[in-house]
Amino acid sequence: MRLRRSMMFVPGNNPGMIKDAGIFGADCIMFDLEDSVAMTEKDTARFLVYNALMTLDYGNIEKVVRINDLSSGLGVEDLEAIVRAKPDVIRLPKTENAQDVIDCEVEIERIEREAGIPVGSTGMMAAIETAGGVLNAYEIAHASKRLIGIALGAEDYVTDLKTTRSDDGTELFFARGMILNAARSAGIDALDTVYSDVNNEEGFRREATLIKKMGFSGKSIINPRQIEPLHEIFMPREKDLIKSRAIMEAIREANERGSGVASLNGKMIDRPVVLRARYLLELAGEDPDGEQEQE
Amino acid sequence: MKIIKPATAGTMESSDVIIRIEPAEKPGLEIHLTSSVMQQFGRQIEEAIRGTLEGLGVEDARVEAVDKGALDCTIKARVSAAAFRAADRNDYDWRVKQ
Amino acid sequence: MDISKIRHIDEISQNGPFLPSGVKEKGHMGDSGKMLESIHEAIVKSGLKDGMTISFHHHFRNGDYIVNMVLDEIARMGIKNLTVAASSLASCHAPMIEHIKNGVVTHIETSGMRGELAEQISRGLMDFPVVFRSHGGRAAAIARGELHIDVAFLGAPSCDPLGNANGYIREEEGGTMCGSLGYAKVDAQYADKVVIITDNIVPYPNTPFGIPAVQVDYIVPVENIGDPAGIMSGATRYTKNPKELLIAKSAAEVIMNSGYFYDGFAMQMGSGGASLATVRFLRERMEQENIHAHFALGGITGQIVEMHEEGLIDKILDVQSFDLQAAKSLKDNRFHAQIDGCFYAGYDDNGAAVNALDFVVLSALEIDTNFNVNVLTGSDGVIRGAIGGHPDTAAGAGLSVVVGPLTRGRIPTVVKEVNTVVTPGSIVDVFVTEQGIAVNPRRQDIIDKLTDAGIELTDIETLREKAEKIVGKPDPIKYLDRVVGVVLYRDNTVIDQVRQIDESEL
Repeated sequence: MRLRRSMMFVPGNNPGMIKDAGIFGADCIMFDLEDSVAMTEKDTARFLVYNALMTLDYGNIEKVVRINDLSSGLGVEDLEAIVRAKPDVIRLPKTENAQDVIDCEVEIERIEREAGIPVGSTGMMAAIETAGGVLNAYEIAHASKRLIGIALGAEDYVTDLKTTRSDDGTELFFARGMILNAARSAGIDALDTVYSDVNNEEGFRREATLIKKMGFSGKSIINPRQIEPLHEIFMPREKDLIKSRAIMEAIREANERGSGVASLNGKMIDRPVVLRARYLLELAGEDPDGEQEQE
Repeated sequence: MKIIKPATAGTMESSDVIIRIEPAEKPGLEIHLTSSVMQQFGRQIEEAIRGTLEGLGVEDARVEAVDKGALDCTIKARVSAAAFRAADRNDYDWRVKQ
Repeated sequence: MDISKIRHIDEISQNGPFLPSGVKEKGHMGDSGKMLESIHEAIVKSGLKDGMTISFHHHFRNGDYIVNMVLDEIARMGIKNLTVAASSLASCHAPMIEHIKNGVVTHIETSGMRGELAEQISRGLMDFPVVFRSHGGRAAAIARGELHIDVAFLGAPSCDPLGNANGYIREEEGGTMCGSLGYAKVDAQYADKVVIITDNIVPYPNTPFGIPAVQVDYIVPVENIGDPAGIMSGATRYTKNPKELLIAKSAAEVIMNSGYFYDGFAMQMGSGGASLATVRFLRERMEQENIHAHFALGGITGQIVEMHEEGLIDKILDVQSFDLQAAKSLKDNRFHAQIDGCFYAGYDDNGAAVNALDFVVLSALEIDTNFNVNVLTGSDGVIRGAIGGHPDTAAGAGLSVVVGPLTRGRIPTVVKEVNTVVTPGSIVDVFVTEQGIAVNPRRQDIIDKLTDAGIELTDIETLREKAEKIVGKPDPIKYLDRVVGVVLYRDNTVIDQVRQIDESEL
């Protein structure tokens, strides 16, 4: 189960940042061809990200590329290049509705076939950045099997709402709620928006704590300094880890007995419980299938 | 692919390279390279530039490159972008195997 | 006895309280004869002749005016064939190139050099190779007479009319402060003639002194001894560079689990971004677990001073102050001691402070798969650094940790063989990069301790391969046969040579 606590934003036209992106410990790297790249440099950024993905080794980090939206004409050209470089996920900006997702999927599938890439191997992610998009979150989240998650893009969203970002995030309350619920109803991840004041660690922590409590899987970040506090906040509580280890131990014992049913403290352990236990252990950097130490 | 006008791609930042391509005065590829790692990688950088241009079917061009320690993938990217700008084309064929 | 024939005390006594005039003259210093009008006069009076050795300190770093001022005057006077034995040289000393071309300077001994001067020397400017020594090696060589200094020209921010000199001015907070005069003290002690050049004459006595009057022969007041901005910053800032912070955090983890981090440890930090930031992470643990240091050595910055003032470090041994905060602390606090090069790192002196270090954090331009470190020449073979106290501290400390990025731009830090061996692999224990930690196989004890602590280790060959995979395989540097530099290990034996770079095909 892939952790997506931190998705680090890397402008696609910056070779220095592209080459170093893998060392900071982020769970995902998002190479951006869209808003951080000037109109005159869309071509150079595309070449840079394509060549980087083809050549550099990012280890186990999830590689995400944010393309330009398809209506601009740039988006299709981005896909032609990037899909062939086999990133893990294509992030679609300004997703309004399910059709946007489907249109993108059609292109991706076409290119996968042409290039001999196993169809379906390129994942997708939809970024929602408008009021309309937020209201359509449910249909967007269910629009394609390729979707690994949906995300909130707050800057454009608050402009659409005719308000501004604030410290306590009141203006994002509804959007976050919708996106989170839509994502979970489709069984995919929900990612929160960027916190742009890099020097305000306290503010960042407050926001990260809030979205973690709500149930988000993670958050986009724009500076490596944000990674550590974010991962710290997503660290499960010790008592939850103890319980998770016990659950995994019970599962293992049941398997050894050849039994299909496992129980802990008299209660049967069903599948969602196991998945949650695995998830918590992975957040803590522990191996869910390893030998559990008895506390 | 024919180079019809001068064009540039890249920046002066560390780990980047500025590639400027112009129509050639004589046949063949004329490459002028300055690099912060000239001794160690000058030969390889020139090969990367030449190889990329040949792969794009550019036979005649004058290239000026100012390198600040760019990796091969960056060099390829900058050369490709500059070449297409200099040829005034935007129909790069991504289907071609690299 | 004829009483009238007993001579009066005034007639026979030279030392009596009564002078012939009968009036006692008020006590006064008289003219010590040391204060001179100009550098020219000092050169004349010092007896400087062709072929002699002159010395300078490098406490004014890249804001130094002394070396250029003195050499310009020496050149004007037509003196030639001198050996310049500076504790180190900076890029502001490029004017020396002319003096070399004109035969004024024919030999150089130094810890390092940078800029145009270094590049020209790498290209074969001098007939004789430059002799590179570590700080400890230089101090020992001077003390033992191997490096004999005829005239030392030492810049000082303050000096009294008898010659008591200091690296600060008591009354002022700023000005041309440099703090410790650690490297100059050895020159002052052993040179035949010592000239203090100052831009601030203060009333006698300028005590406590960095350099005592008894060691000083002449004093020359000048307009400016250096540029304060080039000498030091107000305070050294912790780096915000995420890569350096990552490296620093790793290095701190290594130290904290190495067995050398205990209540009462002794440390030295380098001045690079990553090594300095390592202190920040150690400090957190020190505060949490009530671990304090007995002393910090070096190379002192404001951070060390702050930790001392908060009770985390008992004593400071300062051979070189890196910022104004450190200089001020040296001035005001007697437990922030000014030490000289021999006290710091003299190799045949078992009492040298480096031998009491538990750990030292150092930087490197290059390190090879045998853990040999190069801090002197770049990957292009050109001189661009200084040995400093690198081999001294690596040899003396219980644990030597070298920190650095895996690559700098397209230049790999880890290579098969360094261009110049400055510090031999036998005394380098751990190499920490943002992409892995490698422990020298000689230190199985450290490997065991770190592994037990759950720290993932890799080996240095893997790091080298990783670097090569990213940047490609560099072509070897082409050299000519000519030797332009001789590199001495801290015991003043030859450890490597620097050859002239071959630019014929460029």
